[in-house]
Amino acid sequence: MYDEVKTGRIAVIGDKDSILAFKAVGAEVYTAANVFEANERLKKLTGGEYAVVFVTEDVAALIPDTLAKLKTRTFPAVIPIPSSKGSTGLGMSGLKADVEKAIGADILFNKED
Amino acid sequence: MSRLAVNPTRMELRRLKTRLKTATRGHKLLKDKSDEMIRQFMSFIRENKRLREEVEGELAEALRSFMLARAVSSSQTIEQSLCMPALKADVRTGMKNVMGVDVPSIEIVPQKQEDLLPYTFVGTSGDLDNAILKISALMEKLLRLAEVEKTCNMLADEIEKNRRRVNALEYVMIPQLNETIKYIIMKLDENERGSLIRLMKVKSMIAERDGATKEPE
Repeated sequence: MYDEVKTGRIAVIGDKDSILAFKAVGAEVYTAANVFEANERLKKLTGGEYAVVFVTEDVAALIPDTLAKLKTRTFPAVIPIPSSKGSTGLGMSGLKADVEKAIGADILFNKED
Repeated sequence: MSRLAVNPTRMELRRLKTRLKTATRGHKLLKDKSDEMIRQFMSFIRENKRLREEVEGELAEALRSFMLARAVSSSQTIEQSLCMPALKADVRTGMKNVMGVDVPSIEIVPQKQEDLLPYTFVGTSGDLDNAILKISALMEKLLRLAEVEKTCNMLADEIEKNRRRVNALEYVMIPQLNETIKYIIMKLDENERGSLIRLMKVKSMIAERDGATKEPE
């Protein structure tokens, strides 16, 4: 089932309040205050060493283009997570976009609305 | 629908008929692939949604505890406490193949969880312990979310590409081929009728001439 097995690392990008807690569980944490920093940091993390990059939703909202570019690559998996301020709904809207792209209509979220 | 620019010959006709057969077969296969991909995508996206809801709820809670801890202790103390993590989070990664798409598979490397909290309990509040324990418990779910969400992203992309191919075959290629084949058959039939008429005409002309030359004798 698996083609090749490697070890990868986990990185977290976000504001200081949200990411420090991840440091304690062994992830590598980076702060990004603006678009430029976020882009630069993400570019450095796409070398292949990192398997998963969690990006807080606040930061993810700044760099939609870079994230879209990384969507087609297998690694790293760049995943938006809520920051300490709570969820902005960006992660869910990404899911919604996927459904719309694949099926043409949003059939997953309609039921609740 | 416009037809292809080809010469109306028998050879071209045969070539187009093979192409039509291939196109029809390809269309059927791609359509089946699309159906199966959508089926798998639906199960993945359902799991994705469930996981994301859970993770967002639990992570918000954990981060709230962390904020509380930060509020109670000085930021210096917190940073000092966390600057030497006890464990290094490594994951085992591989590639899985879902319907011809290479999706990642991510597995957490099990760690010895003897000493999760890498600091003395003096000077930090219980909220910090809480937050860290919650997040480390959440890690597995977070990685599963990463795996599933990436799979969904890639599958959605592939489904869209595949749909374009199916549509191109169904609405452009196949009608075009059909049209061209029809055109060639009509043209060939027309040519055949034309030459038949010509032969008949020539024959009747010869008969007439023979009759005309015979009669005076």
